[in-house]
Amino acid sequence: MQLDYSPYLLIVILLVGAVGFALAPLALAWLWAKRFSPPKPGQDKNAIYECGLESKGDAWINFRAEYYLYAIIFLIFDVETIFLLPFAVAFNGLSAGAFVAMTVFLLLLVEGLAWAWGKGVLVWR
Amino acid sequence: MDEGLKSELRKQGIFLTSFEDLYNWGRKNSIWPLGFGLACCAIEMIATSMARWDLARFGAEVFRPSPRQADLMIVAGTVTKKMAPQVVRLYNQMPEPKYVIAMGACAISGGPFKQGYNVLKGIDRYIPVDVHIPGCPPRPEALLHAFMTLQRKIDEQALTGPDRPAHLVAQAPSEFPVPQYGEHDLEPPNNPKVWRPPVPVTS
Repeated sequence: MQLDYSPYLLIVILLVGAVGFALAPLALAWLWAKRFSPPKPGQDKNAIYECGLESKGDAWINFRAEYYLYAIIFLIFDVETIFLLPFAVAFNGLSAGAFVAMTVFLLLLVEGLAWAWGKGVLVWR
Repeated sequence: MDEGLKSELRKQGIFLTSFEDLYNWGRKNSIWPLGFGLACCAIEMIATSMARWDLARFGAEVFRPSPRQADLMIVAGTVTKKMAPQVVRLYNQMPEPKYVIAMGACAISGGPFKQGYNVLKGIDRYIPVDVHIPGCPPRPEALLHAFMTLQRKIDEQALTGPDRPAHLVAQAPSEFPVPQYGEHDLEPPNNPKVWRPPVPVTS
């Protein structure tokens, strides 16, 4: 017996099965609720947050973002460490040009730190 | 349907059930409690859910962090008057059908702290309680017994008819008024639709 074999038919069947598998319980639950279980919305039940305490105030407030400067400085020196480690390991085999390039890189970062220091960023208010 | 006929058919390999039985069987074996502890009874509740007592045997090990996913509130511990409004509000936020187990002497009556000015004398003053467990604290076995009692209660609930439980009646309330933390006491001091003060016997 030779059937017309279409690979796409199989995909369609699986797709219908998958969608049905997902939708059938939802449809059954919906029908069950219609037939037996009446919906009972209420003030507390429909509250936005599920919590014993009522939420108060506005969600659209400003947060103090002072910490981001520390985060940026930390990030810069973190990246610097990543460069410093291979630099230290390969130090004996480095040419004078590479050493100067690395020193310039370090000095740039130190200059940044000095700038941040002078600006008073490192003082916690 | 007739139990005898059902039993006869079962011997022949024919299993019959009703929507009501199937519904209750599913519900009673998947009670999800609210992860909610108030005092020392909560430790026993936690112990019940762990390996030694293994609440998972009853399908109830899934403690939900959100009231919107929970079926059962275990009031495990002393309910202070400061905490009572939050307990009632959490109960209100649970979807129906919802059940309450009042665990321990404090939750059912105020327990050893009954004389305290700040302790609620039983959570059943504000929300309907299905199972009360005495004990201070009750052992995990007692909580398991309460679970089995609740399962029996769920199993006997009718799906239709005038005796059906409140969650199937459209007019029955699903939320109860949240008491306010007043100057001297909670206001109101109890919900008269749920609880009535005991009448002293005079004879």
